[in-house]
Amino acid sequence: MTTLAPRRSIRARRARSAVMVGLTVLAAILATLPLIFILALLIKQGASSLNWAFFTEMPKPVGETGGGMANAMVGTMMLILVASAIGLPIGIGAGLYLAEHRNGRVAWVVRFLSDVLNGLPSIVVGIFAWQFLVRPVKQFSALAGGIALAVMMVPLVTRATEEMIKLVPDSLREAALALGFPRWRTSLTVVLRTALPGIVTGALVAVARIAGETAPLLFTAFGNQFWSTSLTQPISALPLQIFSYAISPYEEWHALAWAGSLVLLALVLVISLIARYVTRSRFGHGHD
Amino acid sequence: MASTPLHGASVGDRIYRVATTAFALSIPLLLLLLAIEVAAAAWPALRAFHLAFLTTAEWNVVDGVFGAAPAIYGTLVSSALALLIATPLAIGVAIFLSEFAPPWLRQPVAFLVDLLAAIPSVVYGLWGVFVLVPFLREHVMPFLADRLHLGNTPLFSGPAYGPSMLAAGLILAIMVLPYISSVTREVLMAVPRSQREAALALGATRWEMIWGAVLPYASSGVLGGVILGLGRALGETMAVTMVIGNRPEISASLFAPGYTMASQIANEFSEATNDMHLSALMAVGAVLLLITLVVNMLARWLVWRVQRQGRS
Repeated sequence: MTTLAPRRSIRARRARSAVMVGLTVLAAILATLPLIFILALLIKQGASSLNWAFFTEMPKPVGETGGGMANAMVGTMMLILVASAIGLPIGIGAGLYLAEHRNGRVAWVVRFLSDVLNGLPSIVVGIFAWQFLVRPVKQFSALAGGIALAVMMVPLVTRATEEMIKLVPDSLREAALALGFPRWRTSLTVVLRTALPGIVTGALVAVARIAGETAPLLFTAFGNQFWSTSLTQPISALPLQIFSYAISPYEEWHALAWAGSLVLLALVLVISLIARYVTRSRFGHGHD
Repeated sequence: MASTPLHGASVGDRIYRVATTAFALSIPLLLLLLAIEVAAAAWPALRAFHLAFLTTAEWNVVDGVFGAAPAIYGTLVSSALALLIATPLAIGVAIFLSEFAPPWLRQPVAFLVDLLAAIPSVVYGLWGVFVLVPFLREHVMPFLADRLHLGNTPLFSGPAYGPSMLAAGLILAIMVLPYISSVTREVLMAVPRSQREAALALGATRWEMIWGAVLPYASSGVLGGVILGLGRALGETMAVTMVIGNRPEISASLFAPGYTMASQIANEFSEATNDMHLSALMAVGAVLLLITLVVNMLARWLVWRVQRQGRS
């Protein structure tokens, strides 16, 4: 702790302190600038291309103006549904296990590995899903894309569920058991129900996260210029469409990419805000 | 409920226990399956090229010669550049939020910084292609090379195309900043109040308190946050692919286009027609998987250590 007793005048030390405090303020300003720039630009560029046709029409071929991303929006919704249908039960079940076996060795390993899974690059999840689900059947599909996204959801939902169940007071669990509830009913109807708002938040955060994912879809859902709602066929998604339009050389497509980004970001932000609102209304603004 | 027969309850409990255990165990199994699948698909390339796969720079689909060195180099350099830029900023933000910010400002600023993590990678890429890259090409690169006369140094030499290692590093810095900052904030909050009060009681200024008493206490957690950010940067795909230029060459200049492992997979995978090309890309994925596994485990371990310390 030698730094605590420098042989400098108190004025110099106070000045130095003030400068450093100022630098942290500057860091906060610099860190929020990119967000403001990006949001402002998205609204400016995206809003001018947003119209009714964008939401209702199919992509048009090069050279024709107009057209929309209706198929990509439906595709994104379908991928989210498939991923949630698979990822949520697994995540919530694993979270229940972790919360109930807090100090167990298996729980420790599962907790650690779920954090590891959460840190895996999404492109690696993509090539895994391709190798496992696309290659054997020689067919890109919405199902493969949804499963790849589910793999990314599981660790997020697991950890969120665990954290939220830990907040449920033990007295509540004990009261239910004392009333003669079997364990499973205590867990599912008392504990899980009490923690539900928090788990919904966790699920929404996970959905917001996967809604914008592109890399795992490149070789699974693959994208589709046509209308498709089949689980066994390639399907389009907003992020995929934005990517292919952004790297295309056509002005009209760039405009659509901005509009698509605005819609995608709005979707992600609305989901995130709902998630925040759900927790806040239930738990107050306790820990953040 | 009281009428539920006891043996019925125990059957229910057993089913419940088996089900939650199965869900929990599916996570390790999934990871194992993932590792095996990727490793098996990478095997032909790894067997054909051995260690040369990691160290040679030639990536020639026609001749069937594959070396991943440029992609590995690009991944490491772009990530290092990102950390170099993002770490001081992120720690500054975290200190500001946990120590100095008035309560009314704390939540909104934390929310804005966290929002950076919510923007999809492909949207960053779009912004990178149409705003960041032209800005670098027309303003920043000429400024660095001509005004500051750095054009002759190896780091800033060569023509200013725009798509470059510099663009990738910058966009990655913005993307990993919220991760580093939120972990650092958490770790700083876990530092006991007594630690701060003791420093102030000894006559420390506010900065001396942070530098002398708070940061040393939190240091391994902060390091964990930085390494967690590194994990994110290494695997980031879309935004980097859109701004880095995608050229499998090794150049010391930050102005030169490059490649990363994730970008190489994203770019070439769906066009790979012959088996060795596919296997080589899988091998790139396997290397990326291995690197991020190690990095993430290290980060988690460091963060956990501080949080345990704070609690006891």
